[in-house]
Amino acid sequence: MADTTTEPDDRPLWGPTAYLLLVRIWMRAASQYRVSLLLTTVAQLFTTCLDLIAILVIYSHVRTIGGFTLPETLYLYGTTRLAFAVSDALASGVENLATMIRLGNFDLVLIRPVSSLAQVLADQFTPKRFGKLAAPVLTLGWAIDALPLHWTAAKAAVAIGTVVCGLVLYCALWVLTGCISFIAVDAQEVANSFTYGSENATEYPLSIFGRPLGLALTFVLPVAFVTWQPSLYVLGHPDPFGLPEFLRFASPAAAAVLSGLAALAWRACIRHYRSTGS
Amino acid sequence: MRVYLTAVRLSLRRYLAYRSSAAAGAFTNTVFGCIRAFVLMALWKQKPEIGGWDLADAVTYAFLTQGLLAPMGVFMTSTELGPRIRTGDVAVDLYRPVDFQTWWLSLDLGRALGGGLLRTVPPVLFGALLFPVRLPSSPLRWTEFAVCCALGYLISFGLRYLASLAAFWTMDERGMSSILVALGMFCSGLIIPLSVVPGALGTVLLHTPWAGIMQMPINVLLGTQSGGVGYALAFGTFWAVLLLAAGRMLTDVARHKVVVQGG
Repeated sequence: MADTTTEPDDRPLWGPTAYLLLVRIWMRAASQYRVSLLLTTVAQLFTTCLDLIAILVIYSHVRTIGGFTLPETLYLYGTTRLAFAVSDALASGVENLATMIRLGNFDLVLIRPVSSLAQVLADQFTPKRFGKLAAPVLTLGWAIDALPLHWTAAKAAVAIGTVVCGLVLYCALWVLTGCISFIAVDAQEVANSFTYGSENATEYPLSIFGRPLGLALTFVLPVAFVTWQPSLYVLGHPDPFGLPEFLRFASPAAAAVLSGLAALAWRACIRHYRSTGS
Repeated sequence: MRVYLTAVRLSLRRYLAYRSSAAAGAFTNTVFGCIRAFVLMALWKQKPEIGGWDLADAVTYAFLTQGLLAPMGVFMTSTELGPRIRTGDVAVDLYRPVDFQTWWLSLDLGRALGGGLLRTVPPVLFGALLFPVRLPSSPLRWTEFAVCCALGYLISFGLRYLASLAAFWTMDERGMSSILVALGMFCSGLIIPLSVVPGALGTVLLHTPWAGIMQMPINVLLGTQSGGVGYALAFGTFWAVLLLAAGRMLTDVARHKVVVQGG
């Protein structure tokens, strides 16, 4: 940690700079255990393949699921998992927040003249998380190749926007669910329902969840905007729920709203934080 | 014998002390049960019978696996022994005048019983209320299910104990354990029932020890185990004995190694 103190002046570090600095430190720490790092990276790679195998097993029995063919579902899987993998790498340090609060280490975070969010997001950053990227990238490549898509500039822009907005939505979700730890320190596992739960739900066509739940996942917990709505446009697939056309392009708005909520929630939690210290 | 029963009891009591944590876990299990149920329902609506199961069997499976997840320790990277080997605290454990493997089995069993008490019923109950879950009413069927679950638990402990012991050699059990969890998630049928996996992969999966942890007990409960209850019992016993014996042998080797190193 010695080289973090070489800043010549004592102005507080800008959040993103602090984040990158902390990420570098944590990566160096993680690479001290080389064999373990290698094995955990392989495990991450393997874990993301499991859902892919499950999808392939399902499609070995039937031609469509919820009205979607295998390449279409793999496109959904690829975009979802790619967005989630990047958000996981960037923001899943939030998962350690409950332990930090319980042990009183969060007090130290607040004392430092660096953004508390940057410190928490970067916590325990490890390169193993990049292991999650391989399967989605390869799958997405295959799905795009196999799909009879007529690419236009608009479609390409929406496809790239899908991953970018999805990643922002997931990051906002990480921060929002991290706030659960402030309210109930041992209810942290509830957060998994929202983070990993939405990851698992959005890799399938939303139509399999039926109309009531499908609408809830669009307007209450807006994970439909991670990949489902924009992908309907890219795939040229009519919306099974019959929702208006403009929602296909509403992902940036949804991402902005959820990020705003996450920022507000985080500030409120920091303001009301009471140390667990004895 | 009494010392082990006390260990089970105290470990159970410790688990039961963190009730809100268990409630949060049960909530998450229920959410995932719903996601899996919807996915399987989408499949079964297109093809009403796969591997001898109808839609109700598949939905029941989705919620039962989520209910068994915690007691069976499918997501657990190892036992609590792993970190103790890494930190060196195991030296104290080796001093205890008890059988090393049985001691850790007792502690883990307490945890499993606690998980079974607090985390198994909520997802299954939720599924039964809102989904086409079908559970048998025959007490004999439930007894057979319970025996198969006990064997499945021993298999799970046997695997996790071996992964923990690896720390004696690699100094860090986490890499080994994370591979074990990834393998176990799939091979135990958590993500997709093993009975729907086609071809040679499906056949192989039905013979790994993980098949005995959740898939076979549930097959027995649903009355769809090929070869009947007898096969499930023989399969479970075979793997449980083999893995526990391997753990015992490896413990002796490790104990020897620790003595040689001189602590």
